[in-house]
Amino acid sequence: MDIRAQISMVFHLDKCIGCHTCSVACKNIWTDRKGMEYAWWNNVETKPGTGYPTLWEDQEKYHGGWKKSNGRLQLRSAGRAGTLGNLFFNPYLPTIDDYYEPWTYQYGELFNAPLGADQPTARPISLLTGESIDIKAGPNWDDDLGGSSIYAKNDPNLEQLSDTERAALNQLERLVFFYLPRICNHCLNPACAAACPAGAIYKRGEDGIVLLSQEKCRAWRMCISGCPYKKTYYNWGTGKSEKCILCFPRLESGQAPACFHACVGRIRYLGVLLYDAAGIDRVARASTEELVAAQRDLIKDPGDPKVQALARSNGISDQMLEAARNSPVYKFVKRWQIALPLHPEFRTLPMLFYVPPLLPVLAGINKEGNYEVAGTADGNPWPQLAALEQARVPLRYLASLFTAGNESAVQEVYRRLIAVRLAMRARNVKDVPANVLKQLLTQSGITPEEAAAISRLTATPTFEERFVIPPLAREQAIASWEDTFQHKQEAGFGFRQMPVRRF
Amino acid sequence: MSDIMLLAVFPYLAVMTALGVGIYRYLNDRFSYSSLSSQFLEARALFWGSVSWHYAILLILSAHILALLFPSKWAALVGEPVRRYVLEISGLGLAIVAVGALIILIARRLTNRRVFMLTSKMDWLLLLVLLLQVLLGFYLALVYRWGSVWYLHTAVPWIASLFWLKPQIEFVSHLPLLVKLHFAGAFLLVFLFPFSRLVHFVTVPLGYLWRPYQLVIWNRHPLNRKEMLR
Repeated sequence: MDIRAQISMVFHLDKCIGCHTCSVACKNIWTDRKGMEYAWWNNVETKPGTGYPTLWEDQEKYHGGWKKSNGRLQLRSAGRAGTLGNLFFNPYLPTIDDYYEPWTYQYGELFNAPLGADQPTARPISLLTGESIDIKAGPNWDDDLGGSSIYAKNDPNLEQLSDTERAALNQLERLVFFYLPRICNHCLNPACAAACPAGAIYKRGEDGIVLLSQEKCRAWRMCISGCPYKKTYYNWGTGKSEKCILCFPRLESGQAPACFHACVGRIRYLGVLLYDAAGIDRVARASTEELVAAQRDLIKDPGDPKVQALARSNGISDQMLEAARNSPVYKFVKRWQIALPLHPEFRTLPMLFYVPPLLPVLAGINKEGNYEVAGTADGNPWPQLAALEQARVPLRYLASLFTAGNESAVQEVYRRLIAVRLAMRARNVKDVPANVLKQLLTQSGITPEEAAAISRLTATPTFEERFVIPPLAREQAIASWEDTFQHKQEAGFGFRQMPVRRF
Repeated sequence: MSDIMLLAVFPYLAVMTALGVGIYRYLNDRFSYSSLSSQFLEARALFWGSVSWHYAILLILSAHILALLFPSKWAALVGEPVRRYVLEISGLGLAIVAVGALIILIARRLTNRRVFMLTSKMDWLLLLVLLLQVLLGFYLALVYRWGSVWYLHTAVPWIASLFWLKPQIEFVSHLPLLVKLHFAGAFLLVFLFPFSRLVHFVTVPLGYLWRPYQLVIWNRHPLNRKEMLR
């Protein structure tokens, strides 16, 4: 075993209200620059929907991520020689129209327009050409299913659904959607890094953050098509790719990343996971049904003395180990097993996990024309039990998103989530028969104590419980191999020039 | 006198500039050491222009360079009439492709507003010089037939003499003006190399063929250890 540490994340989709505060926090800090106006390192999508950039999940179109052929792992785009052959033109690169044309408004017109009969207006102008444009797309154009008959029907995850299931999604009384906030997954087997011909993308050994060196990037653009999540972005002004840096300057000073910190619904959790780097290759080649379980298996128990010893021998500090023991991410992903990776079939081993949304109890209009909660008609007082089978979002859709199509893996998660709800109801309202509760808990395999702990960490966690940030000690690290006194009165560390093109 | 400037002084100036400024720029401004791709803003015309341009010009350029590096082998190659015919005709064909592709690329930059906004003065200068150079080469290949042969007895010894720091311009000074302009044009491109997007020529990432897919960089432990996952 080769134990390494990864700063990892959980997004609890039940709590996401789709307010885009995370996106704005990120945009204001990192991407409010020429060339990156269109880029949102953090974005929030409505599902079902086509997302941003449009149809990013469709790897027939973008050829992102890995594929397994003859038991070996290959980039879906091209092999090494093929990638070099595509240097002159990357056939799978999205263009800016797959995102949207960035724009601003001619605010000056509001003040400077000559006196006339009409109210002056601030017309939209393109940030690419400076000409006035008709806005045809934006970063969250199909938000809340806006125009869903045009956009959401193209969602690749709907492909496996039957016509009745699709129709059910669109019935007004049963209309359903949820939000999917996305940032870089800081994968264990990142396809962006593997696709970069210049070797500009690397994983930080200590914390697993995936970064893109602006000095090494040579604008071959293979990472953009290579990342199946489309989370590297091409800065058309500087000719460099850029990506989410998990706010590492904030992490290094003990602060949560901006999107985490700003999250209104408090859906985000951040903590350390210990994993076995020697098993990455094996897990990335696991069969489609086993991908989720195999990835979970790669994550090791930070309480296990053997794991701790191996971690220490790899140079992982005691503070890091302590953070790993307190990690909320470990609890959601490994101990309770209620958080799942997004599209594990891309085989990048994403380290951002989602607790799938437990949508409200199914309700519809019955034959008599009355509003009725499904499952209650035949006298079943516990519609939550039936809700799984008659869920408003077909489990197949969620399986397509979170478990590479493995429906039973999604079912397991939902059984636990439902059991937590009923266990808490039994404790607080005290109207759940003991046998029903017992059956639920056995089925889902959690104890009442665990249910209470899940409820606590889901509903009322403190700031410190949500974000367990280890001291990264980067300053000491730099001081140990660079003489800080030499840099005194000099330019300091990091960039010594503005990241702009002089040629 | 102008021959000496054009065929002896300017080549040295161009090569010295390319080396000096090229290295200086690599050390001091690595951030901009690449081409500024505009495929993200416009892809369709770029496909036809860029792919055909690169393959055509690389083949033509490698023919020039191979003949320069291995003159005797090249002489044996073109000594046989059939091979000479095939070479000259494919050279002409490639030249047509290169000119056509360059015209597509120039028209694309002129007509697409997004790409136009992103095009620098140096880009325009480079496109112009490249177009003139390729057109000139195409014209010479048409008018002064069998360039693959006379190149060996004129330009090759001249460039060799430049390389050995004993410039002998008499190998080429008697040639028509347009031929000499084509020679000077080549060194003009060398001169422009460090100031323009041409630098991407030396950043071709051949290391990608054998490096491990994943790159993990450690800062703390052990000191500055660089290690690969796979």
